[in-house]
Amino acid sequence: MDTQILAAVVEADLGAARAQMALSLGWHIIVACLGVGMPAITLIAEWRGHRTGSPEYQRLAWRWAKAMGVLFAVGAVSGTILSFEMGLLWPGLMGIYGEVIGLPFAMEGIAFFIEAIFLGIYLYTWDRLPPVPHMLSGVPVVVAGVASAFFVVTANAWMQQPVGFDVSNDRIVAVDPWAAMFNPATPPQTVHMILAAFMVAGFLMASVYAVALLRGRNDRYHRLGFLIPFTVAAVITPIQIGVGDWAAHFVAENQPAKLAAMEGVFDTGRGVPLHLGGVVVDDEMRYSLNIPNGLSLLAHWDPNAEITGLEEFPEEDRPPVNVVHWSFQLMVGIGFALLGLAVWQAVAWWRFRTLPRSPWFLRAAALSGVASVLALESGWVVTEVGRQPWIVYGVLRTSEAVNPAPGLVYGFVVVSVVYVVLTVATVYVMRRLARDGPESVAPQERDVTDHRAT
Amino acid sequence: MPLPEITLAVLWLGLTAYVLFGGADFGGGAWDLLAGGAERGSRQRALVEHSIGPVWEANHVWLIFVIVLAWTGLPSVFAAVASTLYIPLTLVALGIIARGAAFAFRKASTELWQKRLFGATFAFSSVVTPFFLGAVAGAIASGRVPPGIAEGDLFTSWINPTSLISGALAVGTAAYLAAVYLIRDAQRFGAADLAEAFRRRAAATGAIVGVLSAAGLLVLRADAPRLFAELTSGAALPFLLLSVAFGIISLLLLVWGRFYLTVRATAALAVVGLLWGWGVAQYPWLLPGVSLEDAAATGTVLAASLAALAVGALLLLPSLWLLYAISQRADEQSGNGGSTGAST
Repeated sequence: MDTQILAAVVEADLGAARAQMALSLGWHIIVACLGVGMPAITLIAEWRGHRTGSPEYQRLAWRWAKAMGVLFAVGAVSGTILSFEMGLLWPGLMGIYGEVIGLPFAMEGIAFFIEAIFLGIYLYTWDRLPPVPHMLSGVPVVVAGVASAFFVVTANAWMQQPVGFDVSNDRIVAVDPWAAMFNPATPPQTVHMILAAFMVAGFLMASVYAVALLRGRNDRYHRLGFLIPFTVAAVITPIQIGVGDWAAHFVAENQPAKLAAMEGVFDTGRGVPLHLGGVVVDDEMRYSLNIPNGLSLLAHWDPNAEITGLEEFPEEDRPPVNVVHWSFQLMVGIGFALLGLAVWQAVAWWRFRTLPRSPWFLRAAALSGVASVLALESGWVVTEVGRQPWIVYGVLRTSEAVNPAPGLVYGFVVVSVVYVVLTVATVYVMRRLARDGPESVAPQERDVTDHRAT
Repeated sequence: MPLPEITLAVLWLGLTAYVLFGGADFGGGAWDLLAGGAERGSRQRALVEHSIGPVWEANHVWLIFVIVLAWTGLPSVFAAVASTLYIPLTLVALGIIARGAAFAFRKASTELWQKRLFGATFAFSSVVTPFFLGAVAGAIASGRVPPGIAEGDLFTSWINPTSLISGALAVGTAAYLAAVYLIRDAQRFGAADLAEAFRRRAAATGAIVGVLSAAGLLVLRADAPRLFAELTSGAALPFLLLSVAFGIISLLLLVWGRFYLTVRATAALAVVGLLWGWGVAQYPWLLPGVSLEDAAATGTVLAASLAALAVGALLLLPSLWLLYAISQRADEQSGNGGSTGAST
């Protein structure tokens, strides 16, 4: 009886640790995407403003820079928490494998440092540098942001495809940190993530202006505020769908249990259909719309290719199927919906040089930001939950890596409360920034003026 | 020097930078907390905000650097510390969130009640966070984190005499450094009265930190005798003497009331002496029974990480110089015209 209670407590702590990690990662990743995507989009607006002399571009660039300043601060701290949590929640992972994935994190630290420095310079010198040097000071922010995303995702890719180390008696005896960093999962995962960051940033920013346009503020400022980020995201969307296909092929080749969970396939076989929708009950996919031979074709470019089913894996080595299956469906569905939106805009632009006239376009565009975030989160659920029960695929179980100290549940509750407050405050401040009337002061200028006025 | 020693030295350099720069940013928050009511304290708060605004994120990165280097270079030690001390470290993490986010939010908000709310959060967490960081340092220094995962006591490991005094010392040091740095910032801003106020505060907190350090030594004698012996008679003694000497010089310079740029250096050196004294006194033991040699990662990892950091430093140092140069030069320009406004 006592051992049963103990087991339940341990189970609850593991659940709490996973939930806390999911919450703080899922939160940070939204801000991180904005951190990667927004500087480039802002620079495009600033550059257009410099070339055309149009004040709307300049006002947009300034407004975005100001929002970027706030979001970067929030991203910096929410990212720091993650590096704490790696040790606080998963000491069993870091104590052994910390050195294997340390190199990309060290590089990420440098890239983040450079990003922070140049963002400081970029915001601070808004009115103090001539336009071209000022824009050049923003370029390292873009490069370092993309590099940070790359480095961090290589570490996650290693957890999917752990290579580059030798273990003997639970101790690492030899490491090739470069092989670990450039593991087979690195190329598809990093490209997929970096493109996703630009999509999320673009659609989120565009949706703010879509709402304004819907409310009748149909002026050049709001139209440009919509068009610049939307175009960036729309151009990337078809590429991202291609890259997503590449990533899925990779999973099919290298993580068959994950692919089987994504598609809810239990029986190994050839010519396996693609399941749309449906729910798994008692190890069987029900109520799904089946496209004959679809999965074999998509996963291996061969309608008769063999797909490994979950039956090949012992019960304790299988990821939870419904969560992974539905997350995957959601991500793909949203991806194609966003592609449709992008095509709609492209056709209207090609024929009339304007936005589509239907209010349904703007309504859909107003939702595109939230939708792209949903797709992002679902994608990460597929990647991370699909990897379960392993924290390092095939090498270390999540349950073996978690901090055995009691009381993780309470930590999770406290952290959740803090994140709720943080979310409310962030949304509130961002809305305020969006509502403020047009101003012409530099983002960092105001504190100086305030100081002098007091 | 062999790779593990170089790695540990680089890690300690990162920690030093975090204490000197990031610590001062926390100290700025502490002075914000003590600035008084919204009316009276507004100029002081504006000065603090203006001084740490452009640089705190960059300063904060040193902490990430230390954490990442710890888990890369000393993975088992990192896991032992993080798992046993997960309560104070979780509180540090939450404090970091509250401090950074509230600071950014306050800057972006315009109404008084918002500024008050975010400001109070920023200021309060600026005091709490260094306290828990100091408590963590005290736990490691007094040998209360055993090797292995979550093997130490979850509470007494960080609620003990050494942790409490080192927590207080961390808060005091942060406030002291901030006050010292703010004198010159206030001067450059043309606010002579604020410069004078921070000079007095710097002298007072300097004295308090001196007393706390002496008390800390007494606590160590009872609580961590080996560390005490190393500090007072071993290889760490020169660092301790250096710290005491520069502490006294700083105090004299502050009381005398000149050379505010020099005081920045001497005050920083006093803190550096304390930090490196601890490091040298503890070396080569990281945890009870775990030496650097036992805990260090494999040579290939250390070599690759150090090489990456060296290349990174080549990019970072000029960038950092550019940031500080730009923010200080901009101050001088805006400070020229601001003297009348700021001193009313």
